[in-house]
Amino acid sequence: MTDLSQLEADLSARVAAVQDLAALEAVRVEALGKTGSISELLKTLGRLSPDERREQGPKINGLRDAVTLAIAARKDHLETAALDARLAAERVDLSLPPPPERRGRVHPTMQVMDEMIAVFADLGFSLAEGPDIEDDFHNFTALNFPPRHPAREMHDTFWLPEDEAGQRKLLRTHTSPVQIRVMQQGQNHKLPGWIATSQSPPIRIIVPGRTYRSDSDATHTPMFHQLEGLVIDRNIHMGHLKWTLDTFISRYFETPVVETRFRPHHFPFTEPSAEMDVKCDRSGRDVKIGQGDDWLEIVGCGMVHPNVLANCGLDPDEWQGFAFGFGVDRLGTLKYGMPDLRDMFASDVRWLEHYGFSAFQAPNPATGLS
Amino acid sequence: MKFTLSWLKEHLDTTATVGEVVAAMTMAGLEVEHVADPGAKLAAFTVAKIVEAHQHPNADRLRVCQVDTIDGRQEIVCGAPNARAGLTTIYAPIGAYVPGSGVTLEARPVRGVISNGMLCSARELEVAEESDGILELDDGLAVGANAAEALGLEAVIDFEVTPNRPDWLGVRGIARDLAAAGLGTLKPDTTAPATGAFPCPIAIKVDGDACPVFAGRLIRGVKNGPSPAWLQQRLISVGLRPINALVDVTNLISVDRCRPLHVYDAGKIAGGVIEARLARDGETVEALDGKTYPAGPEICVIADRSGAIGLGGVMGGVSTGCSEATTEVFVESAWFDPIRTAQTGRATGIASDAQYRFARGVDPASLVPGLELATALILQLCGGEASEVRVAGQAPAPPTAIAFDRAYVKKLSGLDVGLARIDEILTRLGFKVDGAHVTPPSWRRDVGGKADLVEEVARIEGFDNLPETPLPPIARPAGGVLTLRQRRMRDARRALAARGYAEALTWSFMRREWAALFGGGDAKLVLSNPIASDLDTMRPTALGNLVDAAARNARKGFADAALFEVGPNFRGDEPGDQWTAITALLAPHAPKSWIKGGTDPLFALKGDLLALLDELGAPGLQVVQGQNAAWWHPGRSARLQLGPKVVVAEFGELHPRILKALDADGPILAFELNLDAIPEPKRKGVKTKPALDLSPLMPLSRDFAFLVAADTPGGDLVRPILGADKALIADARIFDVYQGQGVPDGMKSVAVEVVVQPREKTLTEGEIEALSGRIVAAASKAVGAKLRS
Repeated sequence: MTDLSQLEADLSARVAAVQDLAALEAVRVEALGKTGSISELLKTLGRLSPDERREQGPKINGLRDAVTLAIAARKDHLETAALDARLAAERVDLSLPPPPERRGRVHPTMQVMDEMIAVFADLGFSLAEGPDIEDDFHNFTALNFPPRHPAREMHDTFWLPEDEAGQRKLLRTHTSPVQIRVMQQGQNHKLPGWIATSQSPPIRIIVPGRTYRSDSDATHTPMFHQLEGLVIDRNIHMGHLKWTLDTFISRYFETPVVETRFRPHHFPFTEPSAEMDVKCDRSGRDVKIGQGDDWLEIVGCGMVHPNVLANCGLDPDEWQGFAFGFGVDRLGTLKYGMPDLRDMFASDVRWLEHYGFSAFQAPNPATGLS
Repeated sequence: MKFTLSWLKEHLDTTATVGEVVAAMTMAGLEVEHVADPGAKLAAFTVAKIVEAHQHPNADRLRVCQVDTIDGRQEIVCGAPNARAGLTTIYAPIGAYVPGSGVTLEARPVRGVISNGMLCSARELEVAEESDGILELDDGLAVGANAAEALGLEAVIDFEVTPNRPDWLGVRGIARDLAAAGLGTLKPDTTAPATGAFPCPIAIKVDGDACPVFAGRLIRGVKNGPSPAWLQQRLISVGLRPINALVDVTNLISVDRCRPLHVYDAGKIAGGVIEARLARDGETVEALDGKTYPAGPEICVIADRSGAIGLGGVMGGVSTGCSEATTEVFVESAWFDPIRTAQTGRATGIASDAQYRFARGVDPASLVPGLELATALILQLCGGEASEVRVAGQAPAPPTAIAFDRAYVKKLSGLDVGLARIDEILTRLGFKVDGAHVTPPSWRRDVGGKADLVEEVARIEGFDNLPETPLPPIARPAGGVLTLRQRRMRDARRALAARGYAEALTWSFMRREWAALFGGGDAKLVLSNPIASDLDTMRPTALGNLVDAAARNARKGFADAALFEVGPNFRGDEPGDQWTAITALLAPHAPKSWIKGGTDPLFALKGDLLALLDELGAPGLQVVQGQNAAWWHPGRSARLQLGPKVVVAEFGELHPRILKALDADGPILAFELNLDAIPEPKRKGVKTKPALDLSPLMPLSRDFAFLVAADTPGGDLVRPILGADKALIADARIFDVYQGQGVPDGMKSVAVEVVVQPREKTLTEGEIEALSGRIVAAASKAVGAKLRS
């Protein structure tokens, strides 16, 4: 008869001594495997008399359970130790930086364009576009610039060479030619779909785009961006114009009250014509809109000249409305503080990163324009 | 243009201050550029009288003066030789800042004598460039009087005039508008015509094409010389230089009435005739500025028997100029055509006061009144006897009456202005109101219709009073106002910014040689008047500008630019030749990092391009290699096409030859996407997404290694494999491309992991075998691929 307590002491010592899972498994097989020492003892139970079985059974089963538990406990211990060792070996130096990442940016002028579009879209304006290379008719004649008039000279126009017929194309000096494309009735040119064509009144459009004048200094660049507005209906008057611009200015600069001033001015294509100034503080480096005592011209505007309407085939006694034109780049500098317009077009990556906008800063009515 | 308050008050009876005048001008439509107040910096300076002046005990050139000042009697040391007892001059107290010398006065001993202030010269007060000794003023001035007033200094208002309002180029025109705006009363014009004592001995001839109308008269027995102080002072105050009385009179009237005149020394006019005509071939004029100008056949000259003696309406000539020796003067008052005068100004480069005014349109009705005013002043200042007035030619017709329904004021401006008030405003501005008709005055040739009349009423009534009126509601598209294309441009910018590209805006023009490198540079697209020679041609692509931008950044130490631009390119000068490109550039010089990358950055760029296309809703596109334009690296570039013809994008590395020409260090990667080539999505207007069919069964994956010819595009394997069973095959991913040992020469091995998604039931081994067979067959059929054994 095997000495059970001796066997238990023996197995317990071996379980406690093993240092890896394989050795532990070997001990388990030796004790509890098919021919293991405890399994063999269990097999003897069948051959015993009921009385002996009653006495030996619990002892042998108890031994099996004790050894099984010891092995499980040892296994758990060894596994934990192995995991700890592995994790310790996996340590990395997290003071090191992540891989370099480029920071993408939306150009401030385009951000401002998106902001302006957001405000005007909310006021019911849709977008119209036109080509950058225009003809004299759309850029000047139809807009009531008399031929050879000094007002044309003031536009510092870039000209393309004369063609066989003596006509010269030009780079549009303003976005106003698109007014003509939209208002001109009965036009059916074969043009690509993106170029605006005839609309019947009521018309309510904005026209964003590149414009060109032969001028270069800190506040003028040979290419710049304008956003034009045009509203034509039966009873649109200057009071609507003033409300529209005041509403825009307040929303764009995100201040509830911006003091503005309408001043008479002159443009060939509007009558009456005006410029709007905003009250601001120009004493420091940045212009502060809505503060101070200075005035800053911000937009040219007026009632569409009856000649322009007539040139487009609209009866000025039936239709009337207003137009305005913002300098987008300049409006951007006023809100975001870029000091020199020329930098807008210099593509310096440091400038773009500093003054540009994250892709996720799209103007949104819930979060505000900017 | 400039004027002073005192000059304005010659025409306007007003008590307004400079500030009130400026505010009223602004609201009437005159843009005030600047108000210069030379007296502002002299607030601390006052009139003083020297009571005693003695030799300084320690200095030969200094005097010690006892001076009666606003601060009582003061002892002041003065170095001026004219410091003498009894002199009335200007005193600066201790603490005053002296603008002309840039010093703040301190009580300091001068050679042992304390000077309690300073006596000032004209230069020290910045009222003259140079001066000799301290100011000597009228003894009638009271001690303590303000220096600026004593010196007659006043604010000068400098303003811009819009081209429609030449009448504002005369002080009287401004006075008229300010009177209408309620700032005072316009004084009547009291010039009486001079009676002609004799017939004008000089004949006048005009060619109406050159000069429509010309008036003149001779004044004999004049004594020319410097103008009196009041006239000189008036000219100096607005920045004009006094010359002599005859010339000064014309300059005065030019500014006062916007009526340019010219005076000729009649003794120097050859042949007793003055003629305004177009210049003849080869004629030149030596003008009063001392330069000789060739006069072309488009230019109006003034001629006598000897030939051209002046540029009509622009500048007189030296040969007949008036000097102090002039005793007989011929005074010209003509009306030169605005357009011709503008052209002459451009052709000669002369921008004289007369040219500026005639080019904008002088009041034709001022012809004779202007001549009479000049006559009166000349007779007053120089004496003499005037001839009868001669007029040749025909003045342009005056403005005609406009039918004006007063209700149009409210309809167009929104302003509620009473009928009487409307007519009052128009009358004050010189319009003739006659029932239903309004006739503009001769000086308002810009007013041609009823909208112009509304502007007159509205600006005088005040734009401040315009009633803010919300726009009426308008039907608007429910899905937003942007077109698909406009939306794509906006999405493209944000998508590329999200992927690490910075948006640049580069010029729409570029250097012609560069344009030629990119397939452009057509003579039709070369600007006639570029702002700089390197910005002379409309760009065929933004690539060149972006490469240049990357190179400029690299030269500043930032060699890893990632830029993009959404903008126009030009194939020709017709509207349809303009197309919109999304152009991106990547200079693959990532900063050093302890983490090693190792993948070809060209594939990162391709990934960005494909992600962008996906964002814009483009369908799947074919990659076509070997057909890119010449500015791309022949081996490392490709096109993305929709069908065999429509090129949606080109991408790759730029050709080293191009980079060298643009002085840029390579490699530089780029893509150019033609926004207009992306088709509209098929499911237009449908917002619901297609139903999603998620199988509950586990997908399984099988790897295939194919052998294909080495020059077969590996990517071409994917589409046929996906097509082998569209229902079951969920994905096919190339995970290895290998050439070398174990692969026959001229071949490569492309390993593809195919993901199979069972749909209704798990697949049996047999079914999987059959599917594999179809996959291999499809790959073989499409690109001749064989399964690698």
